[in-house]
Amino acid sequence: MSPDQLPILIVIFPLFGAIAISLFGGLSKRLAFGLLLVAMAGSFASAVGTLQQVVQDGVAIHYRLGDWLSPFGIELVIDHLNGMVLALVSGIALLVALYSKESARVENPDRLHHYYTLFALLIVGLLGITATGDAFNLYVLLEIAALASYALLARGRGFAYFATFKYVIMGTIGACFYLLGVGYLYIKTGSLNMADLARLLIQPELMQSPTIRVGFIFIMVGVWIKMAFFPLHGWLPNAYTRAPTTTSCLIAPLMTKVSVYVMIRLMFSVFSVTYVFEVMRWSGPVVWLASIAIVCGSVGALAQNNIKRMLTYIIVAEVGYMVGGVWLANESGLTGATYHILSDAMMTVCLFMAVGAIIFKTGNSSLEAMRGIFRTMPVTSVVFVVGAFSMIGIPPTCGFFSKWYLIKGGVLAGHWEFVVALLFSSLINAVIFFRLIEIGFFGEFDDQGHGGYHGTVAVAEAPLSMLVPMVITAASLIVIGLYTNEIITGLVRFTIPAGL
Amino acid sequence: MEETLSYIVGKYNYWAALILLLIGLYGMIAKNNLLKKIIGMSIFQSAIILFYVSIGDKRGATIPILEHGHGGHGVEQVIEVAQYANPLPHVLMLTAIVVGVSTLGVALAILQKIYRVHGTIEEDEILETITE
Repeated sequence: MSPDQLPILIVIFPLFGAIAISLFGGLSKRLAFGLLLVAMAGSFASAVGTLQQVVQDGVAIHYRLGDWLSPFGIELVIDHLNGMVLALVSGIALLVALYSKESARVENPDRLHHYYTLFALLIVGLLGITATGDAFNLYVLLEIAALASYALLARGRGFAYFATFKYVIMGTIGACFYLLGVGYLYIKTGSLNMADLARLLIQPELMQSPTIRVGFIFIMVGVWIKMAFFPLHGWLPNAYTRAPTTTSCLIAPLMTKVSVYVMIRLMFSVFSVTYVFEVMRWSGPVVWLASIAIVCGSVGALAQNNIKRMLTYIIVAEVGYMVGGVWLANESGLTGATYHILSDAMMTVCLFMAVGAIIFKTGNSSLEAMRGIFRTMPVTSVVFVVGAFSMIGIPPTCGFFSKWYLIKGGVLAGHWEFVVALLFSSLINAVIFFRLIEIGFFGEFDDQGHGGYHGTVAVAEAPLSMLVPMVITAASLIVIGLYTNEIITGLVRFTIPAGL
Repeated sequence: MEETLSYIVGKYNYWAALILLLIGLYGMIAKNNLLKKIIGMSIFQSAIILFYVSIGDKRGATIPILEHGHGGHGVEQVIEVAQYANPLPHVLMLTAIVVGVSTLGVALAILQKIYRVHGTIEEDEILETITE
């Protein structure tokens, strides 16, 4: 494999993996699982290789598909920002693929290979969205990821169908708004290449053009629907709660984070800092909305009695963190938001995996499922505690550091409402998770009777194929936290656009 | 009055797309019947497709196919860009049509499943069965 072909291999591996699984996966379940693992591992290796190359050279890689020159053909552009997101997405996909060995088999007794095909196609979409340097190509890949996720979420059966239907409608509105916005930009500039668009949109007469302004609004609203930003978040909790375990582990951390990446990419690589913060002047209202998102998401999470549903409300709050951080319009806020994409994806997947393992073993998804979990599933509960600590923001987990940068950004920008919302959300997270940990640690067993049986409760830990990815994720939360400084100076610092 | 009229007539393609867009959006948000929501979704997507197709058109332009490919027999033909419609938006819409059809297919499949589970495709009746 020649190293200059690495960028396209990131997307090719899961794409051909999906085709191979749909063709041969029906032969045996082991083969389907093996093909999925190979596809995800190949993609992850290519993503890490590409990121390494970007960090080494310090410049973005432009990969021209079919060798068509840049404004005419489609190109993949990989710089520090999306290099990091690509490694993150493919890494999480690999971990979840490993994790899915037992649970996917139980959840899909028939047609396991169809499930794995959709799994791989979702990753194709997400990686493609992240890698592409073309505004229209982004729309197509957005829809590929969305279609795969509709099908995956609908496999929850029963009420999942209705929840997914709502998501289909909202997701389509979001994607169509984005497409419409791109159309407005195309009318004015005649280009779809992001770098070319950025070069054209910097002209003063286009800066003031109402067409571009409407295009910007359509694009932003479309992306906000996709990421479930506060007033547009209604579809998310239902759709994610009803989904099967593996699916929610996969979609919950990735879909929203990739949408946040898309927002950052469009704001600073298609439009410019000057346009977003000086011509549009939306910073104030958006940060207010983000603050409301954080508060509403946290309060919503507190009110839930189902663990998975509670986590989905936390996702809504976390989206508020990142959107708010980006729109604070200072370096610290954007650093925090970019770093939070990394840390939040890891901690969300960590919590969903732990909760998924608990539901897998107990068959119960209410808070009561946590009862006595420290004794029966010691490893899972340690993973859960690490994830929870990161969500609350206790050092040295990475959740602390991203919150630190976000709060610093809020203070520097003078957006005190954002700072208050962040602290409030940390407090609520602490209440939620310590309550769960209390139930897990001190909760008595209903079926084991009371009193004297404490020492003899059998350990019923999740299967090894679930434990290994869970432990890796939990360990990575701490490792990322400890290496915060290296990540910020080596990666995130380069993603800050000039002039911020 | 005349100005307003010419404003509407002169940009009739945008108005048509806008009206269809709003009809579709209304269908998706306000209708109670899920099948009508899907129909709204389809109208919404078609409106955007029409919008894109119409922006590629030029007055008096023809389809963008070169009768004599340049480079043939040493005679270099000068290509007048204004004579040909812009093919790029049309090509983009081929992809968007495919995406639209797939979305429609997935939505209809899910709707069929909803009908099997809930026995109805009216939103309020489904919500009643969920809360019970």
